[in-house]
Amino acid sequence: MKRSLFILLLLFILIPFKTFALIEVDITRGNLNPLPIAVSPLSIDENSRKNFEKILQKKNIGSEISIVVEKNLKTSGLFNPLNKDAFLQAPDIANLKPRFEDWNLIKAQALITGKVNFVEEKLRVEFRLWDVLAGKEMMALAFTTVPNNWRRVGHIITDKVYERLTGEKGYFDTRIIYVAEEGPKTRRIKKLAIMDQDGANNKFLTLGNELVLTPRFNPTSQMVTYLSYFRNLPRVYLLDIETGMQEVVGDFPGMTFAPRFSPDGKKIIMSFAKDGNSDIYTMDLENRIVEKITDHPSIDTSPSFSPDGKYICFNSDRSGYQQIYIMNSDGGNVKRISFGKGLYGTPVWSPRGDLIAFTKLHKGKFYIGVMRTDGSGERLLTENFYQEAPSWSPNGRVLIFYRETETDDKGEGFSAKLWSIDLTGYNERLVDTPTDASDPSWSSLLSN
Amino acid sequence: MNRSLIISSVLHVILIMITAMSLPFLAKKPVDLPPIVSIELIQITDKTNIPFAPKAKKIIEKIKEKEKKLVSEQAPPKKVKKIKPDSIPMPEDKVEKIEKIEEDKQNPEKIDNEVKQVSEFEKDELFDPNNIAALIDKSKEESAETTNKTDKITQDQERNIENFGLSLSEEDALKAQIFGCWSIPLGLPYNENLLVRIKLKLNPDGTVSQSEILDHARMNKPGQGFYKVLAESALRAVKLCQPLRVPTTGYERWKELQLNFDAREMLEG
Repeated sequence: MKRSLFILLLLFILIPFKTFALIEVDITRGNLNPLPIAVSPLSIDENSRKNFEKILQKKNIGSEISIVVEKNLKTSGLFNPLNKDAFLQAPDIANLKPRFEDWNLIKAQALITGKVNFVEEKLRVEFRLWDVLAGKEMMALAFTTVPNNWRRVGHIITDKVYERLTGEKGYFDTRIIYVAEEGPKTRRIKKLAIMDQDGANNKFLTLGNELVLTPRFNPTSQMVTYLSYFRNLPRVYLLDIETGMQEVVGDFPGMTFAPRFSPDGKKIIMSFAKDGNSDIYTMDLENRIVEKITDHPSIDTSPSFSPDGKYICFNSDRSGYQQIYIMNSDGGNVKRISFGKGLYGTPVWSPRGDLIAFTKLHKGKFYIGVMRTDGSGERLLTENFYQEAPSWSPNGRVLIFYRETETDDKGEGFSAKLWSIDLTGYNERLVDTPTDASDPSWSSLLSN
Repeated sequence: MNRSLIISSVLHVILIMITAMSLPFLAKKPVDLPPIVSIELIQITDKTNIPFAPKAKKIIEKIKEKEKKLVSEQAPPKKVKKIKPDSIPMPEDKVEKIEKIEEDKQNPEKIDNEVKQVSEFEKDELFDPNNIAALIDKSKEESAETTNKTDKITQDQERNIENFGLSLSEEDALKAQIFGCWSIPLGLPYNENLLVRIKLKLNPDGTVSQSEILDHARMNKPGQGFYKVLAESALRAVKLCQPLRVPTTGYERWKELQLNFDAREMLEG
């Protein structure tokens, strides 16, 4: 009796351990489909609506802002804003307490609602982000600004939503500076121009009397450095976008290329030819002291700092062909990182620090690609007849570059346009500009 | 006097004999258990190599047979089993209670099976007498054989349950479903340890009655924004995928599941 009891006890102890072993399933893949999101028009009361209509000549500023948000989310390629016709709940009610079943029904996984008010001549916007599947609020914020800033409010809302849902900072409240080009190819007028990242608010910053090249944003402020030819001599300028103040950094001899800021914005790094040899130099903007970084008989150009300022990537033909190299910021420890077939140029270090974007020429085709900072994991994102000069979005997720079309036999059909592509390589988009455009540079976030 | 001495000594000898016989018997039992563990690898390959559909049919048939047979062997518990599926869509508490009852029953079943395993070998050896008996009564032989077969199947399955949880094909079906539901947040860094472990309690129809993030504390720590985003996306995937594609049988083994969401492979590109 005791024995059988003992055996039974033993079995009760042993068997449950086996059956209760928790099954683990590893989920290592998912889909890259854009997340379905519903952007409900921001609700607005009648009084506010009339006031804004007077000031901004927009019938319903609430829905205008939501259109900006929707367009931003769509161009990111990571979200799929749902058609407003399918929405079952009115904006004003949705903002208070959404009926999640209704939003679930149209397959929305996230929902943006909000309210616009006219408060003391200012625009006050409240918005909320809801997780439809969990049925809870993920975020709620409010902004107050001058009415004319309404587009920026849309961009800031998108940045917040983007950050909350993807985990990385957005890039929507930013601007792009580029060279606007007009006229026939032989007598091209080139002007400096700036616009919001979505192409709105386009403005020309120079008149076009002088040739301008390679504008680059300071990563820490709204300052731009660019190259211009004055009496056929290359000159490096600094331009403060906020104030319009412009200053000459210096005249440089021979071929000068692509001045670019250091990550702290205190130095400019560029290449120029001295005694017929192109090397890389930095210039301290405070004391204007120029320092030679590379000293090699080959042509070294296109330098770009890593975001921590410790390394520089650049391009050099010291191996016989143009390839990408990295070195310490003082010029030591030069290492070649690109070993693929073809020529590599215009390396740009990602603001995230993990990748280097480049232009590659191989068998008559131009590619924009990325590689890790040790040269591994090279990925070509896009291929075309002619394209170059990639510039990173501030979050290191999207590249903007320019692409030229081929001229036909009659010398016509030439165009240069800005394009953007994200790191997946699938989301390639034309960025609308009123004129032809080249040499884009992406600013840091304005709201930070 | 002598007589009583003899009786007592005989009884003592018997007692000593019983303890001497039973103790090695107890010691042998654990020795019998290990072979069950060592056999299993062969059965994984069987599962993976054999086309799914015919197997599933067989299994379903066998399960039906099992149920019939079990009814004859253990009539009262089976009736309770039948009641359970009806009560399944009820709230969590009830489901848990039912689960417990099922476990209790399963244990006795397992004991039966283990005993049968021993008896199986015996049967193999002693098969001739059975055959002789079968010659006398063919109907009895048939039933004996079928019970043997079904017993084998239940043993196979339970070995899988004990050692592997879900079969590879069952796991693949579940994975494929969740792959489709999980929108990976593409902004996450690929070089950080971002593994989200979610423990699920499932209802028999595959719906989720409870989901719990195992490192929940990490979600609200500062600087763990990426982890939070990944965890939320994983929870969305689970909710979106309901009901999960779980096996039609063996609720006991998958009523609790742990899903490990790891996006590194995808983010590295």
